[in-house]
Amino acid sequence: MSALLQHPGYEEERLQTVAKQLPCREVQAGMLLSLMGQPHQYSYPSIFIYGHQSSGKSHVLHVLLKELELPHATVSCVECVSVALLFEQVLLSFFGCVAASLLPRSPSLSDFVRIYRQQSSQSPAKQTRYIVMEKAELLRDSNANLLPALLRLQELVEDNVSVILLSEIVWDRFRPNTGCFEPLLLHFPDYSKGELQHILAQDRNPSYSDEFYSAYINILLGVFYSVCRDLRELRHLAALNFSKFCEPLAEGKVKETDTHKLWRNIEPHLKKAMQTVYLREVSSLQWEKMQQMEEKENGALRGLSAHTHVELPYYSKFLLIAAYLASFNPARTDKRFFVKHHGKIKKTNFLKKNEKTSNHLLGPKPFPLDRLLAIFYSVVDSRVAPTASIFSQISSLVTLQLLTQVSHSEQLDAPKYKCAVSMDFICAISRTVNFEIIKYLYDFL
Amino acid sequence: MSTSSVSKGCFVFKPSAKKKKTLSLEDHFIHGCEGAEKSKTRFQLCQELWDQIKTDTELLQDELNRKILDSLLDFTRKCSSTRQHSDWASHMRASEIPTAALVLGVNVPDHDMTFQSLSELLQQSVTPHVASVQAKECVALKHLMKRVLERLLGTDVTVDDDDNEEEETEQTRANLHKSVHCSLSTLCDWYTTKTKKSVTPGKKRSSPVKDDLQQPPIVIIFKDLEAFNAKVLQDFILICSRYIERLPLMFIFGIATSPSTIQHMLPHSVSSLLCIELFQSLSCTQHLATVIDKLILTTWFPFKLNGKVMQVLISIFLYHDFSVRNFIKGVQLALLEHFHSQPLSVLCCRKKEAMLNVMQLGNHDLERIRQLPSFKRYVEKQEPQEQETLLKDDTHLKEVCQRLIKNLHKYHKNYYPTLRCLHTLTSSLPRYPLGKQIRELHLICLEKNVWENEEYHTAMKLLKMLAKDELISLLKKCVEILQHAKSKKIKRALLQLEAMLAKFKQLDTVATEPPPPAEESIISPVKNLQKKTDLFQLQKALLEMNESRRSKKLSPFEVLRNEALQFIDGLVQSHLSPPESQTLNEVCYYSSSATVRRHLNAAPRTSIQTALNSPFYYLQNDRLKTEDGTVSNAAPDICIVYKLHLECGRLINLFDWLEAFSTVVSAAEGNDPDSDSFGKVDDVKHARFIRAVSELEFLGFIKSTKQKTDHVARITWGGC
Repeated sequence: MSALLQHPGYEEERLQTVAKQLPCREVQAGMLLSLMGQPHQYSYPSIFIYGHQSSGKSHVLHVLLKELELPHATVSCVECVSVALLFEQVLLSFFGCVAASLLPRSPSLSDFVRIYRQQSSQSPAKQTRYIVMEKAELLRDSNANLLPALLRLQELVEDNVSVILLSEIVWDRFRPNTGCFEPLLLHFPDYSKGELQHILAQDRNPSYSDEFYSAYINILLGVFYSVCRDLRELRHLAALNFSKFCEPLAEGKVKETDTHKLWRNIEPHLKKAMQTVYLREVSSLQWEKMQQMEEKENGALRGLSAHTHVELPYYSKFLLIAAYLASFNPARTDKRFFVKHHGKIKKTNFLKKNEKTSNHLLGPKPFPLDRLLAIFYSVVDSRVAPTASIFSQISSLVTLQLLTQVSHSEQLDAPKYKCAVSMDFICAISRTVNFEIIKYLYDFL
Repeated sequence: MSTSSVSKGCFVFKPSAKKKKTLSLEDHFIHGCEGAEKSKTRFQLCQELWDQIKTDTELLQDELNRKILDSLLDFTRKCSSTRQHSDWASHMRASEIPTAALVLGVNVPDHDMTFQSLSELLQQSVTPHVASVQAKECVALKHLMKRVLERLLGTDVTVDDDDNEEEETEQTRANLHKSVHCSLSTLCDWYTTKTKKSVTPGKKRSSPVKDDLQQPPIVIIFKDLEAFNAKVLQDFILICSRYIERLPLMFIFGIATSPSTIQHMLPHSVSSLLCIELFQSLSCTQHLATVIDKLILTTWFPFKLNGKVMQVLISIFLYHDFSVRNFIKGVQLALLEHFHSQPLSVLCCRKKEAMLNVMQLGNHDLERIRQLPSFKRYVEKQEPQEQETLLKDDTHLKEVCQRLIKNLHKYHKNYYPTLRCLHTLTSSLPRYPLGKQIRELHLICLEKNVWENEEYHTAMKLLKMLAKDELISLLKKCVEILQHAKSKKIKRALLQLEAMLAKFKQLDTVATEPPPPAEESIISPVKNLQKKTDLFQLQKALLEMNESRRSKKLSPFEVLRNEALQFIDGLVQSHLSPPESQTLNEVCYYSSSATVRRHLNAAPRTSIQTALNSPFYYLQNDRLKTEDGTVSNAAPDICIVYKLHLECGRLINLFDWLEAFSTVVSAAEGNDPDSDSFGKVDDVKHARFIRAVSELEFLGFIKSTKQKTDHVARITWGGC
């Protein structure tokens, strides 16, 4: 296996330790090594690595750069709220804090390049310097010049520096309109089931045998592989459920080798975990507590989404109902629903075929404030004065995200809203005020 | 102060110090106050009562939140302690950020206090590092970052250098701070130095708790999760999760709606970084119930609200905002209004003070007492001679007043225990004839004689059907309530009730003997029934049966039950009469519900309409006084224009409108109606008209339209 990781520039021993830390990623690591070349050689200016979440991109780079003791700066683009932070971190890790403090306030790219050149002339690179940018897709949102400049930074600063971009999306979505230097593309494929098994089995519990743990991982993957291939998450789940797996063993009911019985014990438990703790309905702490408790008490624990009940003031409920009606009924049908003596409306004209079934499928439509209030006054059963608190309730519904304001928030004149609650929610609300909302919905006529 | 100068120039006049006399609260109170003589004492009384309300409600809030806050504190402690484990499982599992989802309900105004006490408690007992952020100050990620860092580091910075630097330098320093270091790695460095320092003994501040916790967690409170920008929050969590190994971070999410909003806001990739635990707070209706219970339904608090005011406050709560804080503010307003507008409110205090204050009443005040409707009613009931002395003799009146005030206090002492008793009896009845909450019953009692109410009769009927053990348990609860009461009458009632309970218990021992042979009389008509098949006969037989059952001899339990209920009924009738029936109730009861409503539930639209329809209401100018529905031609232009526009249809011709306006205005100027120039549009009138029309447009009554040239469209309905 380690035959893949061979490079004249580095010591054999070190490569061995690297290879040990990178199971199932030998090919990619080898490729990277050959791209990087020997430490003193100039490397390719920019390399773009992509692959799904937790497919080992950062890990491989981190291990390589650290074990081979190459000068590098790792920057996460989420963290860089401004470009200044990015520049600062790069300068800090290459030249120390003195260089970083040279940056002016709100530095531009040319400031960065200037300081970099100045510093690198004082301490020229003996080895290739690497800048690793994690979550590089966020670079697209910042300054338009930044990405093209980073791609050919080697040229700009005239130093032996190489930029490595890590991303979850393909390069095609990065390429700026104006064109740029094309980096070398390197794909990290997802781990296969076998590979996952291999990697997960490595971190076994010291008090149990290898086979036992690997059997456990096998069962775990059998349940979770179809929904989750995220290594980090799988490892987390493995840790959470292992104690339950060992339970019959500790009680002395089964032997370590009796896989079938162990499977029978753990399988329903894992299925439950998939519905609860994996979705973060139940926190990991609660899950562990639950495992320690007796079976019968388990029913008491409810997930996050089980609590959907929202208590609202009386008029807020009606405002929400009115908003829902305004969002899902066509405006021309208001007369039919809310005017007492609406006269005869031709049925064929009223029920337009294409409109009929689609309102709920199309989602809520925006409506003006006037319409909301008109419906509100006809829906609410008592006479309500148009007081200031009615209006403030509308805006508090907006902050609670039960309504969304469609028009710009600075537009005071005739604001438009959308109702953002689900059918079930509004049905529950209208039940509490004895309002039959189904009767007023065009879709259900 | 002279500005005479050869050349032109600007002159600066600094305001002289003498003029700048700030009015104290008291001055504001006394200013424009009804009956100024006693205003100082009234102000003091008012202030005392308000302070008491404030401290009491705060205590109450703390008490109510205690449970949830305690569990939250436990959670934070547990989280920070589990972090330091190093067994296999905790090493293996992904390190999540512990997060408490605190569901607080939609009454957002109340949350501030909860968060305040929460962060204080956290700082006292868990960690000094608490930062709370609000959505409106964190529009973008960098703002959020900045706020968090400021609140965590900033407080410490100010502790270190006390010297008064100029604001400007501080600002630049803060800016530097932001531009160079605004990242979590700065926080990391700060934290490591901080924790290292806390190990060394020579430290400035050392709380005992912090020492045994080597690494106090950093708690970040998001006060209103719903209002946060989802993207900002996601990014922030992503960043934080990168540092979780080095920084013991912890989040608290304040949620107003339901916990599922977390899932709406955060995708799985982000929420998988959190270890979310749910904490549900008390519902606001329960909170209100305790506030009412402790604040309104007590004897020690002399200030009372009458039924209508109470109704207004409660309906604002239930219909509009669910906010207990606003409810208390409403009570405060009523309190202030009462002491401000009612000169006799000097008597609205503890009994002893009230006795003293009665003696110090002046002539004016005594005259006011004589004018009180409740006092007039009292006088009418007296003997003619007594009547005369009451109206003439001041000292006698004072004595009577003392007695009446005492009676009023006694009334309250009897009222509340009785109310609670009645509530315990009726609150568990099917369909809740007298309401589920005690406040509903209280409202009914404030309104009129509760025993004349139909619901009361149904409740009593239902009570007569109660089974023995139910009734006994209810009566026991009543006994418990009455035990706390201090008044003599209630004590006597308590003895009676206890005796009755003892009798019920005796029944248990006696009841083993078989019931009297009443069954036979029932069985016999049933036998007869089988024989007859005629419909009329059947009906007759059934009626007879019913009759016989009714007249059937009551079992001893039933007798006792009726007795007990009669006793309760008597208690209710003697103590639960509405406060309006009490003499001098005006002293303690605030009754102007319209004022409260106007202040708390403003209706801007209605006031605009009144202003336009009858300008006299606001301007108080006699020339504007008119009969119903008309506007004097001397009214402001906008009123005239408004009135004219009401006469039009949906589209209004501007020229006609102008003509009509000019005619009205000319009449107001007193021009001769026969002269040529009458009603002619001159430039000034034209300008006035245009201004008025654009004001109407601004107020949202009309808008310009493209349907017809020279027309505007009305936006409102109604009018002539």
